[in-house]
Amino acid sequence: MANIKLTIDNKVVEVPQGTTILKAARQMGIEIPTLCNFELEGLALKNHPGGCRVCMVEVAGRRNLAPACVTECMPDMVVKTNSLRAINARRTVLELMLSDHPNDCLQCAKSGKCELQTLAARMGIREIPYKGEQSSYKIQVSPSIVRDMSKCIMCRRCESVCYEYQSVGAIGAVDRGFPAVVSTAFDRNLLDTSCVFCGQCVAVCPVGALTENDHTGRLIKDLNNPDKVTVVQVAPAVRVALGEEFGMEPGSIVTGKLAAALKALGFDYVFDTDWGADATIMEEGHELLDRLTKYLAGDKNVKIPLMTSCCPAWVNFYEKHYPHLSGYPSSAKSPQQMFGALAKTYFADKINTKREDMICVSVMPCIAKKYEVERDEFKTNGNPDVDYSISTRELARLIKLCNIDFDALEPVDFDSPLGESTGAAVIFGATGGVMEAAVRTAYAVLTDGKLPKIDFQEIRGLEGIREATVHVKDGLDLRLAIVYGLANARKMLEMIDKGECPYHAIEVMACPGGCIDGAGQPYHHGDASIVRARWEATYKADRDMPIRMSHENPSIQTTYKEFLGAPLSEKAHHLLHTHYFDKKTKIESVK
Amino acid sequence: MCGNKIKLKEADYNKIKEICEKFGNNPGELINVLHQTQGHFGYLPIEVQEAVAANLGIPVNRVYGVVSFYSFFTMKPKGKYAISLCLGTACYVKGAEKILDALKNELKIEVGEVTADGKFSIDVLRCVGACGLAPVMTIGDKTYGHMTPEKVKQVLAEY
Amino acid sequence: MHILVCGGTGCSASGSREVIAQLNKELEAHNLTDFARVVVTGCFGFCERGPIVKIIPDNTFYTKVKPEDAKEIVEEHIIKGRKVQRLLYVAPDTNKSVSDSKHMEFYKKQVRIALRNCGFIDPENIDESIARDGYAALGKCLFEMTPQQVIEEIKKSGLRGRGGGGFPTGLKWEIASKSRVGEKKYVVCNADEGDPGAFMDRSLLEGDPHSILEAMAICGYCIGSDHGLIYIRAEYPLAIHRLQVAIKQAEEVGLLGQDILGSGFNFTIELRYGAGAFVCGEETALIHSMEGHRGEPTFKPPFPAQSGYLKQPTNVNNVETFANIPVIINKGADWFASIGSEKSKGTKVFALAGKINNVGLIEVPMGITLREIIYEIGGGIKGGKKFKAVQTGGPSGGCLTEKHLDTPVDYDTLIAAGSMMGSGGMIVMDEDDCMVSIAKFYLGFTVEESCGKCTPCRVGNKRLLEILTKITEGKGTMQDLDDLRNLATVIKDTALCGLGQTSPNPVLSTMSNFWDEYVEHVTEKKCRAGQCKALKQYIIDPALCKGCTACARACPVSAISGTVKNPHVIDQSKCIKCGTCYEKCKFGAISIK
Repeated sequence: MANIKLTIDNKVVEVPQGTTILKAARQMGIEIPTLCNFELEGLALKNHPGGCRVCMVEVAGRRNLAPACVTECMPDMVVKTNSLRAINARRTVLELMLSDHPNDCLQCAKSGKCELQTLAARMGIREIPYKGEQSSYKIQVSPSIVRDMSKCIMCRRCESVCYEYQSVGAIGAVDRGFPAVVSTAFDRNLLDTSCVFCGQCVAVCPVGALTENDHTGRLIKDLNNPDKVTVVQVAPAVRVALGEEFGMEPGSIVTGKLAAALKALGFDYVFDTDWGADATIMEEGHELLDRLTKYLAGDKNVKIPLMTSCCPAWVNFYEKHYPHLSGYPSSAKSPQQMFGALAKTYFADKINTKREDMICVSVMPCIAKKYEVERDEFKTNGNPDVDYSISTRELARLIKLCNIDFDALEPVDFDSPLGESTGAAVIFGATGGVMEAAVRTAYAVLTDGKLPKIDFQEIRGLEGIREATVHVKDGLDLRLAIVYGLANARKMLEMIDKGECPYHAIEVMACPGGCIDGAGQPYHHGDASIVRARWEATYKADRDMPIRMSHENPSIQTTYKEFLGAPLSEKAHHLLHTHYFDKKTKIESVK
Repeated sequence: MCGNKIKLKEADYNKIKEICEKFGNNPGELINVLHQTQGHFGYLPIEVQEAVAANLGIPVNRVYGVVSFYSFFTMKPKGKYAISLCLGTACYVKGAEKILDALKNELKIEVGEVTADGKFSIDVLRCVGACGLAPVMTIGDKTYGHMTPEKVKQVLAEY
Repeated sequence: MHILVCGGTGCSASGSREVIAQLNKELEAHNLTDFARVVVTGCFGFCERGPIVKIIPDNTFYTKVKPEDAKEIVEEHIIKGRKVQRLLYVAPDTNKSVSDSKHMEFYKKQVRIALRNCGFIDPENIDESIARDGYAALGKCLFEMTPQQVIEEIKKSGLRGRGGGGFPTGLKWEIASKSRVGEKKYVVCNADEGDPGAFMDRSLLEGDPHSILEAMAICGYCIGSDHGLIYIRAEYPLAIHRLQVAIKQAEEVGLLGQDILGSGFNFTIELRYGAGAFVCGEETALIHSMEGHRGEPTFKPPFPAQSGYLKQPTNVNNVETFANIPVIINKGADWFASIGSEKSKGTKVFALAGKINNVGLIEVPMGITLREIIYEIGGGIKGGKKFKAVQTGGPSGGCLTEKHLDTPVDYDTLIAAGSMMGSGGMIVMDEDDCMVSIAKFYLGFTVEESCGKCTPCRVGNKRLLEILTKITEGKGTMQDLDDLRNLATVIKDTALCGLGQTSPNPVLSTMSNFWDEYVEHVTEKKCRAGQCKALKQYIIDPALCKGCTACARACPVSAISGTVKNPHVIDQSKCIKCGTCYEKCKFGAISIK
């Protein structure tokens, strides 16, 4: 497309046709403030309603001001971003927004990370001249998400995520005019809606209207209770993101410091969800082999494709939206729950502790995990396999609260035995990782370990829908699909529903790029380079591991030998597999 | 939560299904579907909105978003005799607010409410296009022009 | 003979349906059904004097006809040819009765183009429409003109959008015709009349639906569309009914549907219903609403001509704009352009209402002065009161004053004067109207109708309304007036759509034209119109007070003190301005200040 020239703040700039004033200015180093405008470039999340009006600029010859975020550059346009008129307008708009905001920043969960707060500081707001009625809503708590709509500024990012990116439609604008707000139908609790608790609404909310259900207070109490044995597990994607909270470069791998921090916090056993991920591959990988063998033998009843089931938001999605297809996802529990189930049985026995006396906590890049741990099927006599889950952000807050100098920590290893893992488990954190890990093991089994292949580049990438064919041997090409974003997952389910699905296996993750951009990760504020850095770090961490295939994890091999028997054994089925529920009818009949 | 909770009967579900099918279960026809549904039930309680959402295959949040956006749609039942007072400009300058006060006083309800006996409800609307008769109010299909606070009592007495 | 009876909303509300029934009964009783026929027409415009009955061919114009007058009209006028004098309109200036509407001041200065058929035909009978050139323009377009020639003609006529914006119609069509040629396109008629003081679109649809259908088909021919949609307010049941009848009739005779008049051109029309959202008058919001969504506007571009209904090229015009099209084709662009002012051609329909003698629907040539409209057509201010202001453009417009009375009315002069044409509401106000309250009234409307998408409109207008409320309650400060002006200016500058961008106009125009009144409210806590309840003071004149104690006994808050047979006093700090004492006093001793 042709380039055009225009003038912004007295300087000439050349940009491709179709560029917005905002992007053209950014290219010149002029940062026009924005709020509703949001885009995680290349990762499918975007929101451009042009509604907040804090990016207004003056365009010569135009009657009124122009929103820089949606106004395209025109040849010879003359733009002023810093005229008195533009500055006054932007300030007044921000003052208006603040006049309908609680402004209780000191107590707000988002304080310090809030885009509205940052903007107010940048614009030097010292008073709010407009006073009047303020929107007031009850705070609503669900296992994963806390909604405080009094803080909503109607940027609609969460709505775009919920409708466009996830195709869930649990929250959207209701009412009109001053009372308009993003809410659920009839202001219901998210539990009674189609919400899948992916938490991406929390990840993109610029203010404190949507936040995670914080368990740090509970955790401190448990850590200080001498009667409890505390066990922690950390998900793969946490180690490539936590450093950001302490000022490190995105993509810093902090595995050792992370383990050290958890020990410093006082956990009795610091373990790794990666160990659970390796167990997942043992079960899910063998389930795939089992189904595939039957399928190739002509069994018409076997469900192909097998879909992964690690992502708890994705599990919620098919339970709430496509319960009739829940035979396709693997029955294997997620790594978090496999870990929990084995921690409170196998490991509890080892250390002679009753499950009631053990507190099993997970640190997750995710907030749907908070919902997952509360599922009834993951409890024994009311005692959950994983007691509660905290996010990467919560862990960072806790480390700061406990006066731990993260940067100065000496790296240590995870404890044994539930801390040993492989490269295959690390890549669970990125889109395609579960599939690649499964394929590494399946490939090894199908080729009798004669032709080891570790890196399956064809499975990797950051596009929302990817296809790959892995040639295993003559007559056997594995046809795979990898998707993230539940709108993409919906496309897969629709295909299956119509009997038109060409794949043997499909990996689904709800969040952009997989768990590395889970809703519990440090806020990226729309900077996609952060997510890419985490992605690259994930594969680096894999390369750095001495063992890179799950079935070669010695601790896992021991566990099977000592406790589980073989993959898909009766005991494995009992502890490591689950079943799904029809929650669609349940939501629709909420009265 | 706004709106009343009701139990729908099988026939009600069938009616909603029939209306949705008439519009090809097309989500683009949501507003037409809601018009007809409200025409049938008199209002749009939660259960009705849920049934519409299920039939059209869209989130109930979207249905509620639309219902709560348009002033014509209501989640509360109206009185047997629904009073609508015009608050258009012509009626306003001719004292419609005084008529509204008189109505509220007489019926002891606020705008959007129904009297305890379910007989009357008051709504306000913008211009019925009878500015020549300002101030104007309507009860059901009947229009009353040149209203005065004194006339309110007389008109209500007709019902 | 034809007895035309107005079946428009205004006259129906005044009882024209009963008049029609009674007239028919009388005709039957006298066996006159072959000789005379009752025709239910659309609006005559003179709603103030409704129900209107007009006898054709002698053009006798009866006003305020009651059902019991039917007998006399039939027996005297129809049978004996004698006009019923007592039902004729009496000109207020000469006190003489006028029988032919042509000679009435109300109609003299009017030029009826858009309203040409309203009040002349039975809108539910396509033959009557055809007899008055209905669908002739469509035929001419299909057989004698290319789409581009039609567009050129419309461009030459100078017709501008009558919905408020005033965008040149021909140009709009041209853009739509050149957009994505060969793809599915739509013609949309915006009949979501939302201005709370306007009812011209309603009257047009009720009185002459076929002209709109015809014009939409012409538009379809020009831009390459085979389908039209009319987005109409659900609160307009009569207009909806008439459109449904008209569409059916036009389809039956082959003037709509497939292969119209054998030309090979196809055009169908369906109705879509609004559901009570003023913002849906904005074309992008209207399109979202037609697609079954919340009526929230989106940023333009893309314009509907590029991506509109179902993401296809769409041309949106309002009812009155369409109503002008067939006449332009039939009589030619030059004829149309000869009417009106330099930059605003043709006529404009206004809903004239408020404190004026002749309330009704009028159509006047562009360039006419406000004075002519108010004093000649409108017959001056009601009750001999003093003219104060005239509001045009509804919630988007402003108030014009005495000094603007000789301004010619067109798109540009109204904007220059701080108001706008809008869709055509024209409300006249007298000395009893408080201009701060009027601004507050309009803001109240905008706040209720704001979609809530953009901050300036959602929060800003709410704050404007709150400041105005504060002022009318006597709690305003001079700082509030500054804030009001800054806020209004910023909202105009930053709001997303036309609704928000124009919503501060009522505030800004009253502030510039009635600044003194604002200051009085703030500094003297006084409302000169006596409309702001909180600023009223009830005062007992000691000279007139007989000390009867009636007021003191009636006062609900015991604010009145005094002893029997001695003058009483009202404690202003306790008074809640309920007015009970004022009503109770038999001696006129209590006055309102």
